[in-house]
Amino acid sequence: MSEPSRASVGEPVIEFRNAGYRLPGGQQLLHNITLTVGRGETVVLLGRSGAGKTTALRLINRLADPSDGEVLVEGRRTLDWNPITLRRHIGYVIQEAGLFPHYTVEKNVSLLPRLERWPPLQIRTRVEELLALVGLDPRLFLKRYPHELSGGQRQRVGLARALASDPAILLMDEPFGALDPLTRAEIRQEFQALQQRLGKAIVLVTHDTSEALLLGVRIALIEAGELKGLYSPREFLRSSEPVAAAYLEQLHALERFEKEERQ
Amino acid sequence: MNGFLVEHGNEILGATVEHIWLVGATMLLAIAIGVPLGMVVARKPWLGKPILGSANVAETIPSLALLGFLLPIPWLGDRADRLTITALTLYALLPIIRNTAAGIASVDPAVREAARGMGLTARQILFQVELPLSVSTILAGVRVATVLTIGIATIAAAVGAGGLGEFIFRGLAMVNDRLILAGAIPAAILALGADFLLGVMEHLLRPAR
Repeated sequence: MSEPSRASVGEPVIEFRNAGYRLPGGQQLLHNITLTVGRGETVVLLGRSGAGKTTALRLINRLADPSDGEVLVEGRRTLDWNPITLRRHIGYVIQEAGLFPHYTVEKNVSLLPRLERWPPLQIRTRVEELLALVGLDPRLFLKRYPHELSGGQRQRVGLARALASDPAILLMDEPFGALDPLTRAEIRQEFQALQQRLGKAIVLVTHDTSEALLLGVRIALIEAGELKGLYSPREFLRSSEPVAAAYLEQLHALERFEKEERQ
Repeated sequence: MNGFLVEHGNEILGATVEHIWLVGATMLLAIAIGVPLGMVVARKPWLGKPILGSANVAETIPSLALLGFLLPIPWLGDRADRLTITALTLYALLPIIRNTAAGIASVDPAVREAARGMGLTARQILFQVELPLSVSTILAGVRVATVLTIGIATIAAAVGAGGLGEFIFRGLAMVNDRLILAGAIPAAILALGADFLLGVMEHLLRPAR
């Protein structure tokens, strides 16, 4: 592992210090994770299902608390944060978006600002701004219900909702996982463009190698609850380590197929 | 037949109003108690068993016997309507508690996870997300309980609380089919009407999917 990938770009926003998580039953889901995410940086947690990626994400917004070590958000141990304050400080996007089915798009996106008692006019402006940001025409979508949206549109609304109170941190758990491959590629590309504009610390969980390469400033490979390596996309592509190689095999198989087709 | 209606029409109407009052008061009380208990059952499974168990036991006591058991209780036994409403409430609780708990339990875990992750407090999750999404299931419980209560409320006449049961008991005592029907038919119409109206409400309030 080479040095540049270890150092983060901006000042640290999220820090895992030897963090571990054990279920109340005693099963250890995460071991000794040490990882720093800087301002404006995107770290992708890559690993197979059940590797502990989601658990790592949940340690950041206190949906779970570390049983060993500690996790710091903006320099403060998560345990010292009030969980509600901490979560409102962090945008959270999950697979299938988790939109509230009884709320319109407008009410879904504006929920946090309403709870925080922003003035109505400001809420309205914010919602329209956010919908435009994620590529949805406010005039068409404000009054729609989640069941009237396509999977891709729901995911966009989910992102807009997570961004509502302009959090410095964005956590994304398989955000594009439930989409068909074409929509997925499209939204992923738009998100890539958004990443730069938003300048947030983003932690994104995926099991898709190409997604990790495309979106990650750094890729954290997680296997069986352990951090197996930390790479820049370039390093990851060139890595000869067996763990990384297994994921790359996914991509190489596709390349070989393309070459054969061209010949 | 016409003569019978002319003679007893006002009396039937009065008894129907009395019946509606008994059932209405019962349902308000049962909802006020049952919905919070249902939330407790959904939230605290260890309390769920004893709560549902007790409501179940109340359900199995024959209604005449239940009125008899409650009669000697000081404040309760003083007035027939008080006594009846208490007994009816005990019967109406089970479907309301059960449906409230089931409605909350059926909320999509992803929705609950998103709400938690966004920083909603447990109270906000309950009132902004779980309860609104459970309204139609809760109403289905209220509907079952209402129909049940309209039927059982005819027994209230046995302790002198009035209602349509008066006719039924009198008809039985005098071996007069017409009197029995004068109580039974309006009670059946009330039950059907309540079932229909609450069914419509349940449909209107069902969250979109």
